[in-house]
Amino acid sequence: MTALIVIIFIKVLVVILAVLTGCAYSTWLERKLMARFQHRIGPNVAGPYGLLQPIADAIKLAFKEDIVPNNAERLTYALAPIVSFVPALLTYAVVPFGPTVSIMGHQVDMVISDMNVGVLFIFAVTSLGVYGIVLAGWSSGSKYSLLGGIRSSAQMISYEVAYGLSIMGVIVLAGTLSLKELVDQQANFFDWFIFRQPVGFALYVICAIAETNRAPFDLPEAESELVAGYHTEYSSLRFAMFFIGEYANMIAVSAVAATLFLGGWHGPLLPPIVWFLIKIFFFMSFYIWLRATLPRLRYDQLMNLGWKVLFPLALLNVMATAFIVRMLD
Amino acid sequence: MELAIFYISAIVAAGGALMMILQRNPVASVLYLILSLVALAVLFVQLSALFVGSLLIIVYAGAILVLFLFVIMLLNLRGEKFTSEKPILDKGTKITLVVLFFMELVILIKQMAFPQRMDSLMTQASPDFGGVEPVATLLYTKYLYPFELTSILLLVAIVGAVIMAKRDKNEEEGER
Amino acid sequence: MVPMPHYLILSALLFAIGAAGVILSRNLLIMFMSIEVMLNAANLAIITFSRFLNVMDGHVFVFLVMAIAAAEAAVGLAMIITIFRNRGTIDADKFNLMKW
Repeated sequence: MTALIVIIFIKVLVVILAVLTGCAYSTWLERKLMARFQHRIGPNVAGPYGLLQPIADAIKLAFKEDIVPNNAERLTYALAPIVSFVPALLTYAVVPFGPTVSIMGHQVDMVISDMNVGVLFIFAVTSLGVYGIVLAGWSSGSKYSLLGGIRSSAQMISYEVAYGLSIMGVIVLAGTLSLKELVDQQANFFDWFIFRQPVGFALYVICAIAETNRAPFDLPEAESELVAGYHTEYSSLRFAMFFIGEYANMIAVSAVAATLFLGGWHGPLLPPIVWFLIKIFFFMSFYIWLRATLPRLRYDQLMNLGWKVLFPLALLNVMATAFIVRMLD
Repeated sequence: MELAIFYISAIVAAGGALMMILQRNPVASVLYLILSLVALAVLFVQLSALFVGSLLIIVYAGAILVLFLFVIMLLNLRGEKFTSEKPILDKGTKITLVVLFFMELVILIKQMAFPQRMDSLMTQASPDFGGVEPVATLLYTKYLYPFELTSILLLVAIVGAVIMAKRDKNEEEGER
Repeated sequence: MVPMPHYLILSALLFAIGAAGVILSRNLLIMFMSIEVMLNAANLAIITFSRFLNVMDGHVFVFLVMAIAAAEAAVGLAMIITIFRNRGTIDADKFNLMKW
């Protein structure tokens, strides 16, 4: 019993540390890649290849003054960064990052909790993520923040529908909601759900970008019109928490995409965890590539795309999948 | 252990609901309601209703309450004090009424013969109890008609909401 | 194991709090949220009976209640927006045009 608790504690600790480091180095990766896309060099002063840059940034943010605007709602203002940060971390509780291994005589699952409603848990947690942004926008007492908050609540509600439905095709095929079983079903390369659910995969990737407020759907923080939107008024460590929350969310949706569509940790030769990290890295680079390539959508274009294209397509995809599964029975 | 989880969740659920009605600021009310609902979801899971518990978070916290926040932000309400001429019943009477109502419910529950019997009837739930598959099976067999009727209800709600929230053309021109 | 009356009394308490919110508050939005609390109190009672009787039909009822709550929220919030546009307030006591 105690051994079990210790193992769970260690797993949670390792995952949180890995995610935080991952977030820090995602910022480095983003700056470096963006620089290359724009024919610049990027951070190269702090450490070799600028590898110490995230640490320098963290120290700088920690020593900045923490400003609370006069007409902010204090409690909500303080709460918002935490609310946007915690749901992002909670997602990792159900994502499997390796097969069962035995360490010192104990069978250890490389997943913190294998719930049999794991996919529903991910939905529940991602649906909570919108609160951080909405509350930050509302409590800052600034009109730019308020506009960013309103935009983001409308955007995230709209895209959550298609986001959920895009995964539903995989669920219909697999017949389970447990992420561990979903990964087990993709042991062979040709069983990966990306081949059986290409439309679902495309929809998932697009909606995930909108859910995480990344370019080209980064309207809530459009710096040219909203002066960075919901976190305009934030500074110091609170700003850093928003930043980490955003990157933790990106890594989370990448991890879920890898688990649901790209066979999770399955792969030849290399150890499972390495394959898992490679798949996440692929998605992160794709995100950054998109940001460097595509211009931001207008608000009405965003809503039209969400409700008139993605949502009907997702519904059609689920119906077609269900129909084919029924026919093959 | 289970009793401790129950008491903590119960206190959070009831306290959250109470704070919700006592707040003047509507955004704080929404936050307390979310707290209360999360505690309620814990209780659902404790009663081995995993599917419904997750749905509670997804539907309420993820959609309905975001809609509330959206409306509050759209109308830009910041806890104004409502003053109006005296209501029909004063506060004391109302609170007494509610407390009496609660006492009545408690007496009813205490007097019921079957809860005591049911405690002994309670068995270990099968591992499948409350999962997605058995609930879905019921939904698509025994309760197919109510389920399909819900979709019509939702359609009516969508149309109604759109028509109500939409401004008239003349009205819009008048404002500009 | 938590005995059944515990859950039922909590459900009753939540229902009473919701009722208090509806009759005490003048803010339409808070009255609305109180109704959601009452719905969920009923949900808790249904789930409790479902668990202790070992039948899953209650879960279906809760599912339907949630669908209804979603429909209600959509229509109700649209009504609140319309009312606010017409009267500039959401104080429930201010809507007394029909009273004489």
